Amino acid sequence: MNRAWRQFKASYLLFSFKQDKTAIFSFVVLVALLITGLLAPLISPYNPYDPANIDIMNSELPPSWTEAGQTEFILGTDIQGRDLLSTMIYGLRLSILIGCGAVLLQGLLGVVVGLLAGYLGGKIDAVLMRIADIQLSFPYLMVAIFISAIFQIAFGIGRYEELAVPLLIVIIGLAEWPVYARTVRASVMGEKNKEYVEAARVIGLNRWHIMFRHVLPNTMTSVLVISTIQVANAIMSEAALSFLGLGMPVTKPSLGSLIRSGFEYIFSGSWWITLFPGVFLVLLVLVINLLGDWLRDVLNPKLYKG
Amino acid sequence: MAHLLEVIDLEVKFGLRTGNLTAINGISFSLDKGGRLGLVGESGAGKSVTGFAIIKLISKPGFISAGRVLFNGQDLTSLSAEQMREIRGNHISMIFQDPMMTLNPVLTIGTQMVETLQAHRNITREAAQAIALKKLKKVQIPSPEKRLGQYPHEFSGGMRQRIVIAIALLTDPELIIADEPTTALDVTIQAEIMDLLQQLCEAQHTGLILITHDLGVVSQVTEKIAVMYAGKVVESGPTDLVVNSPQHPYTQGLIHALPGSLQPGTRLNQIPGMMPTLTDIPPGCAFNPRCALSDTICRQQEPPFVIVDSAKRKVACHMVKPNDKGGQP
Amino acid sequence: MFAFIVRRVTQAIFVMLVISLVGFAIKNEIGDPVRDMVGERVTPAEREALRDKLGLNDPFIAQYLRFAKNAVQGDLGLSFFHKKPALHVIAAKAPATIELVIGAALIIIFISLPIGIYTAIYPQSWISRFTMAFSTLGVSVPVFLTAIVLIYIFSVELSWLPSYGRGETVSLGGWDSGLVTVDGLKHLILPSFSLASIMLPLFIRLIRSEMMEVLETEYIKFAWAKGLTRKRIWFVHAFKNTLLPVITVFGVQIGIMFAFTILTETVFQWQGMGFMFLEAVERSDISLLVAYLMVVGAVFVVVNTVVDIIYGLVNPTIRIAGRK
Repeated sequence: MNRAWRQFKASYLLFSFKQDKTAIFSFVVLVALLITGLLAPLISPYNPYDPANIDIMNSELPPSWTEAGQTEFILGTDIQGRDLLSTMIYGLRLSILIGCGAVLLQGLLGVVVGLLAGYLGGKIDAVLMRIADIQLSFPYLMVAIFISAIFQIAFGIGRYEELAVPLLIVIIGLAEWPVYARTVRASVMGEKNKEYVEAARVIGLNRWHIMFRHVLPNTMTSVLVISTIQVANAIMSEAALSFLGLGMPVTKPSLGSLIRSGFEYIFSGSWWITLFPGVFLVLLVLVINLLGDWLRDVLNPKLYKG
Repeated sequence: MAHLLEVIDLEVKFGLRTGNLTAINGISFSLDKGGRLGLVGESGAGKSVTGFAIIKLISKPGFISAGRVLFNGQDLTSLSAEQMREIRGNHISMIFQDPMMTLNPVLTIGTQMVETLQAHRNITREAAQAIALKKLKKVQIPSPEKRLGQYPHEFSGGMRQRIVIAIALLTDPELIIADEPTTALDVTIQAEIMDLLQQLCEAQHTGLILITHDLGVVSQVTEKIAVMYAGKVVESGPTDLVVNSPQHPYTQGLIHALPGSLQPGTRLNQIPGMMPTLTDIPPGCAFNPRCALSDTICRQQEPPFVIVDSAKRKVACHMVKPNDKGGQP
Repeated sequence: MFAFIVRRVTQAIFVMLVISLVGFAIKNEIGDPVRDMVGERVTPAEREALRDKLGLNDPFIAQYLRFAKNAVQGDLGLSFFHKKPALHVIAAKAPATIELVIGAALIIIFISLPIGIYTAIYPQSWISRFTMAFSTLGVSVPVFLTAIVLIYIFSVELSWLPSYGRGETVSLGGWDSGLVTVDGLKHLILPSFSLASIMLPLFIRLIRSEMMEVLETEYIKFAWAKGLTRKRIWFVHAFKNTLLPVITVFGVQIGIMFAFTILTETVFQWQGMGFMFLEAVERSDISLLVAYLMVVGAVFVVVNTVVDIIYGLVNPTIRIAGRK
């Protein structure tokens, strides 16, 4: 581990990172958001899920710096009287959880499928890739929306809300695994013909060993690069689903659900219910995208060779 | 009599974030009407850059930092973009190395030929097509009428290069710059294409600058030759003199490296070391680390040109005396 | 070329079969056709009799084949809520969505092409840098947020444009169009821009990077060496080569736009297919949902196939190689 750390410190990755102000800024903001989200119970002023904290009389209070606002509710309250800031922080945690969970699932599934298809080739490749292609010809959002709709009807709204978090992870995970599969497969097919694979085969290692211990680590760069985009996408998908009412329920709102409830009241002037969660969401996705851009530039194989 | 082309102390630099790199460090040569000049050297010596510099097509971040390029007396370096456009493809044509990459894959041959003519003259499409057909016949493309409507990938490598030559000849230019025209072709076709090019230039009295690293080709086709090394011309003069009795140690090394006269089984002659990259050119004579004749002065001062062979040749070497008949290898 | 077309069409048919199978499975397991037809107030005995009569107790394959046969003839079942054939309901809502997609597509074409080409030719200009920075922001903002913000600015604060509905529509032989009335067009503006906003950053970046790659090629350099005018080099030599990959992406993206119409139509209460879809979810109208899946699936498959074929026609290397 020590050697790995030393290698990292001396690496081009770190060097390039320190030079790029945008990357540093994004990283700092991202870490701040992550800490805020994950430490939600410790940081947020109230626990928005505790009914004891919610008083309908407090609903729709504007932010504390405006005339009608109160200092206890810094960013105001939502339509049910919950403190907006706390709900946002918990919502952030949900977004991060679901985003990362979904990508983990997609990644696992996609990488394994891609590895098998790319390395074993032949019929297995043809079948797996056919499935992936068919699924890819549908926009992931469509697939996610449809699956959520079906699940919601099948399970009924009550059960659906209980299972919401893992269900969303599964839905978004299933919708996008082909992206990983395609990428890994392409990478594996490139690696398959390299000499270290042949050498491993000559030594007599069995193919699972070669696949997972030798070839897989070399495909990790491309996996890493698309992972950032995928996390951003997953978070946006969850927000979209919640906005449509197919995601997180109103009792445990994510940023998307907050925007939804805020939207209904925007004409009566309660702009903060939509704006603040919106800004939070955009900020989160933006820094992930910026870091992803930087990562892609740095890891770009074309640049490496040059 | 004015030269067709005269390059005087041309300097080309590349502007990088870390500073300017000199790719061409003051070269001069000239070409008369109908003459054929060979620009010879290893990859990286600056030959292609010279070719592009003449028609001001150097890729950014390169730029001409000093010197003049006189074409029929007019200094090209001082012309505007529009004036240069009028010269390119019209008075000076260029042939690139790989014909597969040179022709636009989504346009027909006919379009690519007609547009060249229409860019420089006020003629109808039919008239342009007629001229195109004539030139295709000249480069010996069979059934040219059919060919006009075809796409580049429908032709073999050799045919494509013929088409490129035809395009170069469309406007009856006074000068053709051919940058490694046969390197990307099969060995069997190389000779054909080279012959064709030579014949056509002779017939039209067109000037030719042949940029190549192939000494064999150069000795057959050209009358004058300039040998480049690390961005400078080290020896220039009539081709047969330079090839048969090279004076500069580098040229000597090049000629001796040719396998031609050796007995089979003997080791090939090599010039020890490698040509320096742009970033680490040694002080003094750029060739000195690899030169057997090198002396203190070679490491300190850049060698001036020495005129030999009754003013027909120039050699940039401290070890060569004027009117010498050859230095010791 | 012909073989190529045949292959693509066969693939398309295969995908449609898979989609129909999935749709049918959903309808069978989760939907309740009896309820669709007669509502909730029937005795279990009547229900059982009806099930037999409708052939609902037949084996899976038999039911599927019946379903497929009906589907091909245009019968996709009854919508529980609307009490009309599902296909009719969808057909009635389709024009709204199609006009929205057309609006967005036009905006994308007319904005991304010029900007993409300009930023490729002059990458260091301030326009280019601004556009690049803005585009990363653009992909980070979800479409519904853009829509809400647009509504807030242009409807609530400035009151320039309407914020919901389609406005005045005129029936052109069964097609309720909002394109022929000024009011309809005004209603179309904000939704189209919202929908386009997702794709704009993508296309600008795509066109720019494709064009930049093309501008670095040998044949472009040769075109300069031939002394052609800048206009010709950019718009004939470079542009045609840039277009090819862009067309394929555009085709796929149109399909994706349909997905995002669900979100946009929700915000603007736009009475199109997407809005209908969500209503169907709320009302557990399985038939309608499955019908929507089939229709949208068919649209995707057709669009993808057509785009592939067009690409094959436009790209001479495929067109002629296919002959051999």
